[in-house]
Amino acid sequence: MQEECLLTMRGIVKRFPGVLALNGVDFTLREGEIHALMGENGAGKSTLIKVLTGVYQMDGGEIKVDGKKIVIRSPQDAQDHGISTVYQEITLCPNLTVAENMFIGRENGPMVRRKANEKRADEILNKLGIPARSTQQLGDCSLAVQQMVAIARAVDMQCKVLILDEPTSSLDDKEVQMLFGLMRDLKSRGVGIIFVTHFLEQVYEVSDRITVLRNGELVGEYLTEELPQVQLVSKMIGKELEELSSLGDAEEKNDKDAEVFYEAEGLSSSEAMPFDFTVRKGEVNGFTGLLGSGRSESVRAIFGADKVNGGTVKIKGKPAKITRPIDAMKHGIGYLAEDRKRDGIIAELSVRENIILALQVMNGMFRPISRSESEAFADEYIKVLNIKTASRETPVGSLSGGNQQKVILARWLLTHPDYLILDEPTRGIDVGTKLEIQKLVLKLAEEGVSVTFISSEVEEMLRTCSRLIVMRDRHIVGELTGSDLNQTKVMKTIAGGEAQ
Amino acid sequence: MKTSFFKRKEPLTDTQLLMTIAIGIFVVMYVLAIVLLGGGFRRPKQIFDMLNDNASLIIVACGLTIVMIGGGIDISVGAVTSLVVMSCVLYLNSGGSIVVSVLLALGIGLGFGLVQGFLISYLEIQPFIVTLAGMFFARGMTTILSVNPQKADHAAFAELRNTKIEISWLGYTAKNGNRMPAQIELGVVIAFVCLVLVFLLLRYMRLGRGFYAVGGNQRSALMLGINVKRTRFLSYVLSGLLSGVSGYVFLLHTGAGNATNADGMEMNAIAAAIIGGTLLTGGVGTVIGSFFGVLILTTIKKIVVTSGLNAPWWQSITTGGMLCFFILLQSVVLSRRAKKKKT
Repeated sequence: MQEECLLTMRGIVKRFPGVLALNGVDFTLREGEIHALMGENGAGKSTLIKVLTGVYQMDGGEIKVDGKKIVIRSPQDAQDHGISTVYQEITLCPNLTVAENMFIGRENGPMVRRKANEKRADEILNKLGIPARSTQQLGDCSLAVQQMVAIARAVDMQCKVLILDEPTSSLDDKEVQMLFGLMRDLKSRGVGIIFVTHFLEQVYEVSDRITVLRNGELVGEYLTEELPQVQLVSKMIGKELEELSSLGDAEEKNDKDAEVFYEAEGLSSSEAMPFDFTVRKGEVNGFTGLLGSGRSESVRAIFGADKVNGGTVKIKGKPAKITRPIDAMKHGIGYLAEDRKRDGIIAELSVRENIILALQVMNGMFRPISRSESEAFADEYIKVLNIKTASRETPVGSLSGGNQQKVILARWLLTHPDYLILDEPTRGIDVGTKLEIQKLVLKLAEEGVSVTFISSEVEEMLRTCSRLIVMRDRHIVGELTGSDLNQTKVMKTIAGGEAQ
Repeated sequence: MKTSFFKRKEPLTDTQLLMTIAIGIFVVMYVLAIVLLGGGFRRPKQIFDMLNDNASLIIVACGLTIVMIGGGIDISVGAVTSLVVMSCVLYLNSGGSIVVSVLLALGIGLGFGLVQGFLISYLEIQPFIVTLAGMFFARGMTTILSVNPQKADHAAFAELRNTKIEISWLGYTAKNGNRMPAQIELGVVIAFVCLVLVFLLLRYMRLGRGFYAVGGNQRSALMLGINVKRTRFLSYVLSGLLSGVSGYVFLLHTGAGNATNADGMEMNAIAAAIIGGTLLTGGVGTVIGSFFGVLILTTIKKIVVTSGLNAPWWQSITTGGMLCFFILLQSVVLSRRAKKKKT
């Protein structure tokens, strides 16, 4: 039985300077199906969505809606072809009423037909079972209802293809169920839904089909019921299960007896769910999990980078209060942020100035580091870390990604931390530098520095870490040490116990 | 309108809530003034005098309300008003016609609105900077036109100035036995026409709702298919145009041009809009609220004067204190409301 193909994308190519973001990707959406689009960071799913919604122009390939070839030049074009998108962050106006949000920007003539719009809005809201009234101020509704109003607007615009981009990331369980109810209802009306999410369980709960992308290429399209979770994870990460099993176990490192440096109990922040975590002296451990599983949020909580809500923290057995980064730094904790452009480097400052930054902050502003001292520090670390820069006074912004990363590493090493958190230190840098950083991590550990290492590449984690904390859907779901440290086991834990 | 939103079981929107507070405060304040101070407040004529004295402020406040709802600010309005007054006086005194003088007023206002709106929306320069420049420019031009005060000397214009609606029974009899009728000047009629037009625009027209959308969330407005740049541009054009009208009404009231005319009027208008429930952050506000904002400001001044503190600094100090009080009250009401929503 061949269902009606609502939307077909064939051989989609999209280039960015220096990167091939989409390389001949195919995607097919059938009438009345919920189709999950999956992939890790950089897989190309958001690029594909943006090509489809007219935010980006594709460099090759073709898009057909209802069998007719179309060209999408702008978001308005996409809407005219019946392709509507509901974004993660709600793109409605909270100060207007529900009805106004549903009709504004698509009326004809200079006047607003207020009464007629309110009547029509109430009809649609009733039909879709959305618990809102047309005359309510949108800002008074819950986030889930606001999202549903955005969907109702799309539905009323006769959309055939509805794209939901991470719609559930800010909703609680009950709200997610409400949204799923609405999605199923739309599906039964023949709307094709593209569901982008990183919550695996939700994919299995609501979707009919899954398309997996990796590194800008199509991995495959599968019926949800025929693809076990662990298979899905291995397809997203890019290792076949058989291949994984044949890999040897990681070398066991014996540091179980070392003293505990850091201990957290029930630590939680505005972004992270409560978790327990201990770090031993000289240990390299890692947080792993898919994007959005809460790994970065957890380490940010350790460093006090987000608002800490609760939990107790002990350092070397003594209670400590870490609510701001400066508290963490004073306790000898360093944090290399995931997004080095936003949270790390100060592009206009020189290599030298960037390197001494953290040390200066710790010394306080009344004990400046002398020029000759800072020059000596900079020269030392440029040499130790092999930073490729024209001189120590070169602005950091002009260095390559890998060298920028080393500058930030130097900044933290200069403070002689007892515990260093490295969040994706190897992302977007060349293989040689990656290896250098991995070696450095191991060397630091030998010198007695504890390191927490986060990377999207499981292999890299296995090479460096003696203990892995596995997270899924914002909770720690497992801790792997010793002989459990192999790719198969890691992926099974990421995918969830039921797949074992 | 009032009945319609009491009938609904819907909670008020932020806009309606803040407007209701403004109206309530005005009524309470005025009743208290009548009871405690009496005097002029007992006479209905007082209200008419307040309107006559503030017709041009009401018009300027209407324009500012539009701009502020759209998330912007326009501090050139007072200076433009002053420039219009001076230009029209000089033109009339040179023997010009009434019709052309009206067109001149509208033209100057529109010109400022077009240029400022273009710079702000299409070249994306900070509205505060652009209208600050506009303010200095207009003030400078006024002084260039004439350093000395100029009195309008034009027969037809004098006739126009004296066109007043007299309501005798609302007046009172002075101590010397003269009957003082309540009067409505032509400017007040113009102000009310502006008020009604802007009210209709903001409530029932696509463009008006566009101002709210742009001020509420600019990015969302864009995604919802609103031409954000054009919408913002038009808000400044309207504000400029209304400054032109305000200038002519000012001249109708005073009959003379002076380089210091309408000094600080933009700040009074901003204060009135804020007291009336227009948020500086955009997206929330009504002209009805701003109208009551003007009345509240004027009532405060009258109360200070009637209480015997007849010095300009007392008026300023009281106005400043009251402004703080209103802002606090508004933010308390809004944040309590937001909390209630969450639980």
